[in-house]
Amino acid sequence: MNFDFSDDQKMLKDQAHKFLSEKCTTKTVRTVFESKDHLDKALWKQIGEMGWTGTAIPENYGGLGLGYLELCVIAEEMGRALAPVPFSSTVYLFAEALLLAGSEEQKKRLLPNVASGEIMGTFARAEGPGAVLPKNIRTTLKGGKLNGKKIAVVDGPIADYCVVLARGSDEPGERGLQLALVDLKAAGVKRVECNTLDASRGHSDITFENANAEALGKLGEGWSDASRVLDRAAILTAFEQVGGADVCLAMAKDYALNRYAFGRPIASFQAIKHKLADMYVFNELARSNAYYGAWALHTGARELPLAAASARVSATQAFDYASKENIQTHGGMGFTWAVDCHFYYKRSKELGLALGPQRAWKDKLVSELETSNA
Amino acid sequence: MDFEDSPEEAKFRAEVRTWLDANAKKRSGRRELSAEDMENGAANEMAASKAWQKTKAKAGYARITWPKGMGGIGGTPMQSIIFSQEESKYDVANGGPFAIGLGMCIPTLMAYGTEEAKKRFVWPAVQGDEIWCQLFSEPAGGSDVANLRTRAEKNGDTWTINGSKIWTTGAQFSDYGIILTRTDPNVPKHKGLTMFYIDMKDPGVDIRPIKQASGGSGFNEIFFTDVKVKDSQRLGEVGQGWTVALTTLMHERLAVGGGQGGGLDVPQLMQLARSLELEDGPAIKNAAVREKIADWYVRSAGLRYTTMRTMTALSQGKQPGPEASIAKIVVASKLQDLSAFAMDLEGEAGILQGPDAPMHGMFQGGWLSSPGLRIAGGTDEILRNIIAERVLGLPQDIRVDKDVPFNKIPTGR
Repeated sequence: MNFDFSDDQKMLKDQAHKFLSEKCTTKTVRTVFESKDHLDKALWKQIGEMGWTGTAIPENYGGLGLGYLELCVIAEEMGRALAPVPFSSTVYLFAEALLLAGSEEQKKRLLPNVASGEIMGTFARAEGPGAVLPKNIRTTLKGGKLNGKKIAVVDGPIADYCVVLARGSDEPGERGLQLALVDLKAAGVKRVECNTLDASRGHSDITFENANAEALGKLGEGWSDASRVLDRAAILTAFEQVGGADVCLAMAKDYALNRYAFGRPIASFQAIKHKLADMYVFNELARSNAYYGAWALHTGARELPLAAASARVSATQAFDYASKENIQTHGGMGFTWAVDCHFYYKRSKELGLALGPQRAWKDKLVSELETSNA
Repeated sequence: MDFEDSPEEAKFRAEVRTWLDANAKKRSGRRELSAEDMENGAANEMAASKAWQKTKAKAGYARITWPKGMGGIGGTPMQSIIFSQEESKYDVANGGPFAIGLGMCIPTLMAYGTEEAKKRFVWPAVQGDEIWCQLFSEPAGGSDVANLRTRAEKNGDTWTINGSKIWTTGAQFSDYGIILTRTDPNVPKHKGLTMFYIDMKDPGVDIRPIKQASGGSGFNEIFFTDVKVKDSQRLGEVGQGWTVALTTLMHERLAVGGGQGGGLDVPQLMQLARSLELEDGPAIKNAAVREKIADWYVRSAGLRYTTMRTMTALSQGKQPGPEASIAKIVVASKLQDLSAFAMDLEGEAGILQGPDAPMHGMFQGGWLSSPGLRIAGGTDEILRNIIAERVLGLPQDIRVDKDVPFNKIPTGR
C-alpha cells in the first residue's frame, strides 16, 4: 500500500510552498483584486521560468515531463496561495485539451509555448445561465470560421488562445459537436470584460464573428473531449480547493486562539471547537478523495470519471464550508474588506462553478456509479 | 502512488491465504447482516467464535503484533490489517467477543498486572477461553467518565467494591473485567481513582441486560454488592486509576477501526432507488435522490481512501496521522441520515420493520441502531472535542470541578 505522494513529490510541494509564501502573499492577491490587471505578471513570468506550467507536458513538447502527481502537489500550493495567475485555465484546461484532442502538429506548435508560460490559454463552454447541454451549444465552426458567443470565460481578458466547444456540423446533439481552437487576438473576436465576484481572476464574455479558427479533435467527439478535459481539470482543481480549505481552517484556528471574549479565547467554546472539527472532517474527506483522483490521473485508470466527480464534489463542499465558517469564526471583522477571509470565500465559489456546478457533478457521479454497478 | 503490496506484504498475504485455505472455507458472496445481527453481534455464535479464536491463536494469528508464544508473531500493524482483509473473505465466526478483552483489558493487565496475573490470564484470553469486559461507565459518568461513584474500600489485604456500572458490552458472557473505582472521595475526581480486575462470576456481581430503544440488548447494567477483591488484583497504584484508564482508552482508539455501519451504505440505497417508483418516475432518476446519493458516496469514498492513507503510514513503518479520528463521526450520522432518507423513499411502507419492510428492513434496522452508534465509544460531541483539542490544539473546556474534592462537586437529579 503506497497511497501517498513520494518524498520527491513532497519536496517539490515544499519548494512550491516556499516560493509562493514569498512571492504570492495575500497582499499580492489584494493588489490584483483591486486593480484591473487580472494577474500578477511578475509571478506568472517566474512560474513559467520554473517550468511549473509544463509540469505534466511531455518533454518532446517542451515540458518538464514530470507527471500529474507533481502537478497535483503544485496545484494544492497554488490553491493555498490563491495565486492570481491563469494557471488552472492554461494548464488544467487548455494544455489538457491540446494533449487529449490536438493533432501532432497542433501540439508541437503550441505546447512548448504553454510549457514556458509564454502563452496563456483557456476553455469556453457555457453560452448562458443554466445547464450546459449539447443542444444548447449554438456556436458554430464552419469552413474554418467561428461564430457565436461564450459567457463568463475564466481568464478571458488575458488569454491568448481559447478552446471552444462548438457545433461543427448541422447534426443535432452531441453528434454535431467539435472542439475549436481560436486565437483570441484574431479579427472577429470581441471580448467584453465581465463583473465577477472573484476579481483576482478575470472573466469575459467572448463573441466570435467569422473569426478564424481550427478544429481540435474530431467532429462528433467535441462533447466527450470536453468531458474528458473537465474530468482532468476537476481533479487538479480539487487540489487547489483542498489547499484553500486548509488555509481557511488554519486562519479560523489562529483567530479563535487569539481572540478573547467573555474572558477566554473563543477557541475554548464548543460552538467554535465543533465548527472547526467539522471543517477538519470535511477537509480530510476532500483530501482523501483528491488523492484518489490523483492516482486515477496518474495511472489513466478506468475509474477516472468517477474519481474526478468524487474529488470535485468533496473538494467543493469542503472549500465552501471552510471559507464561509472562517468568516463566521472571525465575526464582524471577517466581513470586512480589510481582512482576507472574503478572498477565500470568493475563490471557493469561483473554483466551485468554473467547471460546472455541484449539482451537475453529483448527477454525473451517480451516472458513473450506475454504469460501474451495471 | 499505488495500491499494491510491498514484496514483504505480498509474501505475508500469500502465507495467510494458504493458511486460511487449509483452515477455513471461502465465503460465497458477501455476507448480508440482518437487523438482528447488527443488534446482537456475535452472541449468537459464541461456540464457533471460541473455536476459531483457538485455531488462530495456535498459528500466531490471534494477536499478530504480539510476541510469539502470546498468540502473535511479533508482526507489524500492516500484517494485522492484511490478515483481517483476507480473513473477511472466509466463512469464519465473528471475533467480536474478544475485541474488548484483547484490545483493551489484556494490554492494561500486561502494563500494570503482576507476573502471576499475566501468566494466568493472557493466554486463556488470547485463545478465547476467557472473555473480558471493561467496567468504566456509570449512570453518573458517561462522557465524564471520571465522575464515577463505585466505591472500593480497603480492609487489610482486601478491597470491598460497591456500586454500579452501565453500558458494559458483553458482560453477560464475560469471565473477568477491569473496573475503575473511587478509592478516595476527598480529593479531586481524577485523583481518587484506582483500577482492579475482578471475577465476573462473583456472587456479588449482578448483571442485568438493558433493553435498548432498538429492542435488542447488547449492553448491560451491573450492580456490585460487597464484592471482595485482593490487593494483588489492583492494576497500578492506589489513586493512579485515571492514568491506568487512559492507557486502556489509548488501546481502544487503536483497536477501533472504520467500516462500522452494518454493511448499509450507498450500494444498498441505490438498489432501493432502482426498485421504487416516485411521483415523477423511477427513484434512481430523481434529481433529489441522486444528489443525496452523491453526498453520501463522497463521504464513504473519502473514508475508504482515508483508511488507505493510514495504512500507507503503517506500511511505511510511520505513525499514522490524526486523519483516522474522523471515521466514527462520519459513519454514524451518515447511517442515520441515509436510513431515514431511504425510509422516506419507501413511503408508507417505511414504517414497517424486519421482513415485512422493503429489503428485509435493513434501513429500519440501520435507523434504529444509529442513535446508539452516535453515542457508543464517545459521542459525536466528545469526538468533536477530541479533534478540536488533540488534532487542532484548541484549549480544553473550562473544568469547574477540576480542583474540587469529589464529594463537594454539585450533582443534578
